[in-house]
Amino acid sequence: MIPILEVRDLIKRYPNVNAVDGVSFSVPEGICFGLLGPNGAGKTTTIEVMEGILTPTAGQVLYRGETLGQRFREEAGILFQKTALQDFLTVRQTLTMFRGLYDRGLDVEEVIRLCALEKLAGRDNRKLSGGQQQRLLLAIALVNDPAILFLDEPTTGLDPQARRNFWELIQSIKARNKTIILTTHYMDEAELLCDDIAIMDGGHIIARGGPRQLLQEHFEEVLLELPRQDFPEAARHLSFKIIDSSDRVEIATQDVETALRTLLDAHVPLKNLRIRPPNLEDLFLELTGKELRT
Amino acid sequence: MMRRLLAVWHARNLEFIRDRATLIFTLLLPIGLVVGMGFVFGGPQRPLFKVGVVATQIDKQANPFLQERYVDFVPIASEAEGLPKITHQQIDLLVDLHGVPRYWVNTDAPKGYIVEKLLLAAAPGAQRQPVTGAAVRYVDWLFPGILGMNMMFSCLFGVGYVVLRYRKSGFLKRLHATPLTAFEFLTAQVLSRLCLILFVTLVLFVGVGSIIHFHSVGSVALLILIAVLGALSMIALGLTIAAGISSEELVGGILNLMTWPMMLVSGIWFSLEGSPRWVQWAAHIFPLTHLLDAARAVMLDGAGIAQIAPNLLYLAATALVFLTFGAWSFRWRVE
Repeated sequence: MIPILEVRDLIKRYPNVNAVDGVSFSVPEGICFGLLGPNGAGKTTTIEVMEGILTPTAGQVLYRGETLGQRFREEAGILFQKTALQDFLTVRQTLTMFRGLYDRGLDVEEVIRLCALEKLAGRDNRKLSGGQQQRLLLAIALVNDPAILFLDEPTTGLDPQARRNFWELIQSIKARNKTIILTTHYMDEAELLCDDIAIMDGGHIIARGGPRQLLQEHFEEVLLELPRQDFPEAARHLSFKIIDSSDRVEIATQDVETALRTLLDAHVPLKNLRIRPPNLEDLFLELTGKELRT
Repeated sequence: MMRRLLAVWHARNLEFIRDRATLIFTLLLPIGLVVGMGFVFGGPQRPLFKVGVVATQIDKQANPFLQERYVDFVPIASEAEGLPKITHQQIDLLVDLHGVPRYWVNTDAPKGYIVEKLLLAAAPGAQRQPVTGAAVRYVDWLFPGILGMNMMFSCLFGVGYVVLRYRKSGFLKRLHATPLTAFEFLTAQVLSRLCLILFVTLVLFVGVGSIIHFHSVGSVALLILIAVLGALSMIALGLTIAAGISSEELVGGILNLMTWPMMLVSGIWFSLEGSPRWVQWAAHIFPLTHLLDAARAVMLDGAGIAQIAPNLLYLAATALVFLTFGAWSFRWRVE
């Protein structure tokens, strides 16, 4: 079966920078595909080439087996990281304008309902909060009833409540069998929404697979997490795999009971101890030696 | 294509109309200028004799009359070009010194009477050709200039800065992700601005015209054609300037570089009659000069399409050239 989107040997060079360096992958229809990585990893460049906004230095992007063209523009919905809209227009007028740019799509009122914008439909774009504006930008991306939806860091800068609301919206769109391409540097977002992920760093894909599959492949242990100040230097000689991060120390182990006994014997205070399974953030640290948000 | 074009056109119109401050400023500025300049420069003519000489340049040795002091001699290409000026008392006398000297004098003009005496003293055998016609008030002469100036600012800054703002804010990039083409976007911007300019100009023409008791002699349809072609040419110029640039400072600088020479030499405030030939030639590079020449010819002299055809052709040609270049160099996003 032909994938809805295929990226072949993609290279994008800027003067003195290889932003994307030989990336290939394909995305089957109906899944949420996540491109993950820290700032500067090359994910926004990759997604903008996939959207047809940037021209690659080499390689190609195919939509349903064809090079990107008019059909792709009609069937793709895009939410950029940053987009300003026309001043003095209301939410409904903005959506009506964008709806007018496509041959087919949803009724404007339906998009307004879908993105919970009913109470804001008559409001000037300039008077929307950050979360409301993201919902409007998502509505614009949906106005043509796209087969494939690109979301470039859609929740960056939103407060936790607005992020959760946005995730619910994306999940409801997923339920409509749309293909979603998501870039994010929030690993919890990727774990919640994505069926398949590619982790990027330095313009390369360094890991690819389902979130659970990737975690199972790379981790057999669970993590014991302690505040740095609770972990004495003397305990470092203990036979644990110790992972240092900015404000805490993590101990990776397959045998939690033995590990806890050893720590008690070494008089390490366990009052603030937290036991958790590894997540994508740990995976990124494991793969690159770097924390995601540094 | 039409649906996409109309969607962008309609949205841009809404944006402009709802921007009340800009809309009011666009209407009030030219009204204030016409009324103010009419008040300041109205009233009696200044005591200066201005004589048109049918010649490419003035040769003071050709006739003793040309050596008279306190008379401003201006070369005029032909008799046909000079006659409307003597009729409207823009010059006090028109002389043709080739062969037997001939001269035209407006019998309704007191200054014409005096300068005629000076001519006959220097060239007693000169043949008299009397013409009649009321003087054109300065405010009547200024009015088309102010309308043209308003169009120029609205076309250049209204379109250039809007496109630049759209590009810098990422709105153009968002539009680029839709099926909208550059041609459709640019056409929608041109048509939107054209409609708004024609509307504002019509309001000013009727409104200010009735305040200053202005009467156009020529065809209204021809005036509309001049306004459409003139606006198209200057909108296209604004688009060309902003087509590929992402720096506000640079666009602002280039727009100022365009508008200030037009303000000074396109004939908004005063006629270039009597200025050096090269200045008059240079002034005709600018679309505004052709717009004003054609508009004044129709409004004040009742000129027909044949007389202003060169101006119309120049405006149409520049509109086409600027639009083609603008579409070719258009950039959706900041590089």
